[in-house]
Amino acid sequence: MGGPHVIDADQVTKNYGEFTALAGVCVHVDAGECLALLGPNGAGKTTLTEILEGYRTRDSGEVEVLGVDPSKPTGAWRSKLGIVLQNASDLADLTVSETITHFARYYPNPADPEQVIAAVGLTEKAGARNGKLSGGQRRRLDVALGIIGNPEVLFLDEPTTGFDPEARREFWVLIDRLKSEGTTILLTTHYLDEAQYLADRVAVIARGQIVAHGTPDSIGHRGDAIVTWSEGKREMSESTTEPTAFVAALASKFDGEIPHLRVRRASLEDAYLELIAQDRDIHAGEHL
Amino acid sequence: MNFIRLGAVGMGMGRVGIELKQFFRDRESAVFNFLLPMILLVIFGSVFGGQDLGDSGITFSQYFVAGMIASGILYTSFQNLAISIPMEREDGTLKRLQGTPMPPAAFFIGKIGMVFVAYIAQVTILIAVGVLFFDIDIPTTSFAIFTFIWISILGLIAFTLLGIAYSVVPKQGRGAAALVSPVVLVLQFTSGVFFVFTDLPQWMQSFASLFPLKWLAQGMRSVFLPESAAAMEVNGSWELGMTAIVLVVWIVLGAFLATLFFRWTPRGEN
Repeated sequence: MGGPHVIDADQVTKNYGEFTALAGVCVHVDAGECLALLGPNGAGKTTLTEILEGYRTRDSGEVEVLGVDPSKPTGAWRSKLGIVLQNASDLADLTVSETITHFARYYPNPADPEQVIAAVGLTEKAGARNGKLSGGQRRRLDVALGIIGNPEVLFLDEPTTGFDPEARREFWVLIDRLKSEGTTILLTTHYLDEAQYLADRVAVIARGQIVAHGTPDSIGHRGDAIVTWSEGKREMSESTTEPTAFVAALASKFDGEIPHLRVRRASLEDAYLELIAQDRDIHAGEHL
Repeated sequence: MNFIRLGAVGMGMGRVGIELKQFFRDRESAVFNFLLPMILLVIFGSVFGGQDLGDSGITFSQYFVAGMIASGILYTSFQNLAISIPMEREDGTLKRLQGTPMPPAAFFIGKIGMVFVAYIAQVTILIAVGVLFFDIDIPTTSFAIFTFIWISILGLIAFTLLGIAYSVVPKQGRGAAALVSPVVLVLQFTSGVFFVFTDLPQWMQSFASLFPLKWLAQGMRSVFLPESAAAMEVNGSWELGMTAIVLVVWIVLGAFLATLFFRWTPRGEN
């Protein structure tokens, strides 16, 4: 894997009783890079993320984040990390402003609380109790708490759950800015457009293993085009590397226009769904 | 090194403020842990207040207020923490803190500070209610005041540590109160808070003598009752030396259990 990475995980395994959560995962992220971790629920994304954050222990393998083994965390190391966990509902009785100002005290080099509140778009809600925020606002508070310490590495575990499309766009702009300032980001998400927009690289994890990784544009069979059309009431679809020839052949089948013809490049979502389906087929084969 | 220690204390002080805001803004906690002794004093004082205990010339209210102050120690520390910490573990408060550079010591300083401030406010209101409505005599000798202070401090520390240790017993935040209240009630009924201690069956007295609340209530009676009332106690004296020993033993035991059992995340999440 070459030189020192900001995040370096090598052959990480983790079992919960009979269940294998991670079966030898290798992940590395360079300084200033954003890696998106994709995968179905239960694939091991959160287990891996929480091992890197120092919350969970691993059974075997080597892990370093900023040169420190997360299973031996120190205060100085933690002050360089920003963590946005899944589904938080804590701190309900404090106001947004009280919360951010208080957490800034824990860090040696915090951002300005007012600026952070503004950056996540909560200025109008600064005096509101956290428990009264909507789902999306609450999530933005979590993001604010993740970045208040000016982290070198930011972990985002499904950060935009419950956001409306506009809020999600605003969040992307915010994360883009952190990236341009050199923050290293590990993003876990179910939204593939989010990974497409934010990530320099994506890794697909299934059943505790990385089944594919690459840039958002190259992962899977992305040379393929997808042609869709209708025949009677049926929706037809074909994946092909020669869409022009395919459409020409198709045109000769129809008199004139091909109904509902559409030709598009395979998206990250198409590639992801195909990878997961392939993995499921292989896994089903193992049990025969 | 000095810088780091100051950091933990400084952050701990910041946490006292945050903890107090959350304590008083959470209506259930404010009623259950803070106002309950006042409510009980008003009810019991109104029903039995004028009656004397035997021919001692001591009113029930005077006896009861000592027990309520001892119970206040139990409410603001043990009951408060043993219920709130499981909830904080469940809703992710503790996990979030664990992920910050905050030294763990700051968290415990915050809890202890919150308990002390809440108790001081509670005991002030409790005594004011007692004096205004139930003719409670308050101690004026410096010895009584000194006794009141050290018993309060040792009791708060012991029950804070025991509350932190007991917080691992409830598996879920929602059910915590149901597992904590019975402990609190049994201790109160057997320790001479609601009944005169010497009127209780012998086995109950022996049981209660194992736990701190009996000694806290007895110590508070030494503060609020006249010297002559010592003759009414089990051994005919206030036993302040024994009280100090029992409380210190429970502090050591509580510190041991709290460090052994305290955890930031729910069981099974590691």
